[in-house]
Amino acid sequence: MTPASKSRILGMTARGATTAAAILIVAALLPLGLSSYQVGLATEILIFGILAMSIDILAGFAGRTSLGHGAIFGVSTYVVVYMTSQAEMSPWLALLLGIAAATVVAAVFALLAVRTSGVYFLLLTLALGMIIWGVCLRWTQVTGGENGMRGDVRPAILVGQSAFYWAVLACAAVVSYAMWRFVCSPFGLTLRGIRDSESRMRSLGYNVPLHLFIGFSVSGVFAGIAGALYAMFNNFVSPSTVALAQSVEGVLMMIAGGVGTLFGAFVGAAAIIVLENIVSSYTQRWLMVLGITFVLIMIFAPEGIIGKLRAIFSRKAKAP
Amino acid sequence: MSLFQLLNGLTFAALLFVVASGFTLIFGLLRIVNLAHGALYLFGGYIGFSIAVKTGSFIVGGIGAMAAIAAIGFVLDQGLLRFVRGNELRQVLLTLGVAFFLNDLALVIWGGDSFTVPIPEFLRGGVRVFGTFYPKYRLFVLVMGILVFIGLWVLLNHTRLGALIRAGVDDAEMVEASGVNIRRVFLFTFLFGSALAGLAGLMGGAFLSLYPSADAEILTFSLAVVIIGGRGSLVGVAVGSLLVGLLNTLGQVMFPELAYFVIFGPMAVLLAFRPLGLFGRAT
Amino acid sequence: MDRRQFLKTSTAAVAAMGAGTAPWRAAQAQATPIKIGLLAPLTGVVASGGKEMVEGVQFYLDQVKNEMGGRKVELVIEDDASNPDTALQKARRLVEQGNCHMLIGNLLANTGLAVANYVKGTGTPYFIPIIAADDLTQRARIKNVIRVAGYTASAFTHPFGDWCLKQGYKRIATISQDYTFGHEQCGGLAQVFTEGGGTIVQQFWHPLNTADFSPYLGQLAELKVDAIFAMETGADSTRLIQQYASFGLKEKTPLLMAMNGTDQSVIRTIGPECEGIVAAAHFAEGSDVPTTAKFEKEYEAKYGKIPSLYGFSMYSGMMWIDAALKKIDGKVEDRETFIETVLKTELDNSPLGKAVKFDDYGNPIYDVYIRKVVKRADSKFWNVPIETYPNVSQFWKYDPATYLKQPPYSRTFQGIKKA
Repeated sequence: MTPASKSRILGMTARGATTAAAILIVAALLPLGLSSYQVGLATEILIFGILAMSIDILAGFAGRTSLGHGAIFGVSTYVVVYMTSQAEMSPWLALLLGIAAATVVAAVFALLAVRTSGVYFLLLTLALGMIIWGVCLRWTQVTGGENGMRGDVRPAILVGQSAFYWAVLACAAVVSYAMWRFVCSPFGLTLRGIRDSESRMRSLGYNVPLHLFIGFSVSGVFAGIAGALYAMFNNFVSPSTVALAQSVEGVLMMIAGGVGTLFGAFVGAAAIIVLENIVSSYTQRWLMVLGITFVLIMIFAPEGIIGKLRAIFSRKAKAP
Repeated sequence: MSLFQLLNGLTFAALLFVVASGFTLIFGLLRIVNLAHGALYLFGGYIGFSIAVKTGSFIVGGIGAMAAIAAIGFVLDQGLLRFVRGNELRQVLLTLGVAFFLNDLALVIWGGDSFTVPIPEFLRGGVRVFGTFYPKYRLFVLVMGILVFIGLWVLLNHTRLGALIRAGVDDAEMVEASGVNIRRVFLFTFLFGSALAGLAGLMGGAFLSLYPSADAEILTFSLAVVIIGGRGSLVGVAVGSLLVGLLNTLGQVMFPELAYFVIFGPMAVLLAFRPLGLFGRAT
Repeated sequence: MDRRQFLKTSTAAVAAMGAGTAPWRAAQAQATPIKIGLLAPLTGVVASGGKEMVEGVQFYLDQVKNEMGGRKVELVIEDDASNPDTALQKARRLVEQGNCHMLIGNLLANTGLAVANYVKGTGTPYFIPIIAADDLTQRARIKNVIRVAGYTASAFTHPFGDWCLKQGYKRIATISQDYTFGHEQCGGLAQVFTEGGGTIVQQFWHPLNTADFSPYLGQLAELKVDAIFAMETGADSTRLIQQYASFGLKEKTPLLMAMNGTDQSVIRTIGPECEGIVAAAHFAEGSDVPTTAKFEKEYEAKYGKIPSLYGFSMYSGMMWIDAALKKIDGKVEDRETFIETVLKTELDNSPLGKAVKFDDYGNPIYDVYIRKVVKRADSKFWNVPIETYPNVSQFWKYDPATYLKQPPYSRTFQGIKKA
């Protein structure tokens, strides 16, 4: 055992663990200083942060950017709302079913998509997402079609805005930890190897498609968790939850935070949700502002907010 | 399927072909998945509509739409995309940002009402095609689609520029190494592809009408066309358009519940076996 | 939007959270303005309708000099982006952060239903002049969701079905957008029409934003029917009307539409293709009733366009709320009383020119016009009444209790009586 690994807490370095604990405590204290609407926004940021992180597992660590994760996320939302409102199932069981459904969908997507890479992967996942959207839109008897479904999904103890926020925060903490362990595991390292050079990994004897398949499915589990939480957050679902825009939003959050930074996803989610909300309260032209922001991010800060900050700090550190 | 429905499918396919051929040229040569292509279509439609209403001429509207969209394409390529060359993901997302912007700009300029481009007198009304009454304008769209196909075929296969484009699709570095200024070819292709989107906007605007979100719909169809046909292949885009156009009609007639599934289902299956599409080639 | 309002929110909100509705605040309330949150789709598919919703509200506020029930009004406008998720978020913002006393608006049914589901929990009065989902005043009423100057989707197609029978139509086919609003309007017509001996030959349901109607029109052309009933909104309606004409069906088979299909928001950009289409509605902008004509003239003078259903409904909705506020001296803070009062209030000076009141289920009872699109002197098109069905209930001539026992109209239940 090396000295470095001795001081590790749950696999984290002492400094990492302290930072994580500090962030968690600050986040947990937020509802005390925010209005209930702002707590709602914070909740949404956490939920979409999880979604963006699940995309980052593939994009940042396996080099495959998915435009179908909004659909995977939304399938979970649909199943949870359906199970609680139409099938009158307990919310907890519904949550599990929702996550399971998302995982199955992700696995099917993965089966079809693992052979492709680059732009083709992007397009294929986009197309698969469109199918899900089409089904949700047209299978009116089950999904409620365009109008979607409403219900009281949240269990009684989580009805309060702050209580729900804390629950989501706890969930986000656990999920982030799990994802971090996942990408740091030998399996995660293999994914990175595939990202950097697929042919080399193949010649080293790794089963590349199998690794990607598992990576995609695991990412689907996390997207499903985010989707299930979203069902509880909104008590409502409609085709716009599974639409392409949802996937795009997730990817943008991931990129705004920084590809491959994992936790940057929360920063990206916060940036975009806050931007959407603040800008839209000042101007009707928020869509235009959003568009310009994306363009600027792509041109000037493609490494994302976290990546940019890192670059700036390391430059400062080097300066005399 | 009756002749009538067949014509419906074919005319829709012809429009899709004009939109998607621009898309696939850009995708094939520049490796840019231009998600603003739908917005260019809509913008072209609106501009063409405004010009056609002002001047009373459909043709002037068409020329205006093509020129204006080529100009927007120029700004997009030279002003924005040049900063993110070589990074596929950044390009894709950048064009998406541009799409948002153009979309909202169109809403500011033209409001949200749906407009229909006025059709010239001689294309109004219908004719009998083998005993079926059919609108002349839609047949005109079909003819236009075929003309654009022929034009592109000649351009790609019988001109030096076309040869460069084709060679560039296969291996851009090779072409550059042989002393050709490939950037100029790239730029031309981008402008030309954009102009085709503008033209399609005007053509489509006359029978599918123009309204917010029309861009996303046409983009979805074009993506399906290009995914099925394969990157950068003219024949691929023609076959893809026909498949999507006919499947769309067939789906609406026979499986109305599954309207989207009929297009995207076969596409997903196809991709699983031929990830590069029917006519796409690995590079 | 007040910029400072937004910035100082966190402190203000914390203070408000502790305060609740303490007596000292109620006493002070008269001095503060009434805050009305308006949700309208200012971007997205139905952006033009959303713009007119805002105009309708502002048109009314201008006329009353921004004062309702003796208090100043502060209007906060939010864009729901034609998207239910956004609508929900904006509703939260208006209620929880903006502390609005009431919400009004939304255009698309899915946005309205999402917001209704939310205010069910908060108790905020929510007014829906446009959202027409049947069940909001039938099987799934929410007490604080009130249809001021709005309508139930199937309420106008019931008499329309009756009118079709009177025209001697025997066979009708329907084509409609495939969502609840369409199912309900078609169902209303189908039930009355078939119970009176007519036959619904076939029903087509297509997704919203269908680019190309030709596949459906091809099938419709072969059916040999006496009339076609189409239920379309927005751009779909524009396309259907135009493609219907271009495929030569206009000369062959009369086109009947749901009111939204020939609303000004649609026909103002269409030419002669829309002439002669018949629809049923409570409002006809070309009516010669003096109050309607006056409203139309003033609105057109101000905004440069003939008012659509959206402008009219929001205007009248605000008027209705104002009438109730006058009765309670603007005390919106007492939600119970406010809601009770609105439901008991009659709308008597609206552009309709006839007093309107709620039935026991919270749905307004209107005279329903059968109206036709005709060309005006300045060659613009508008809707003119050709026949009137007075005092039409949302339950038509059925007994409400019996009616409510049948399932809500859906794609599978259209109330069609088998011959």
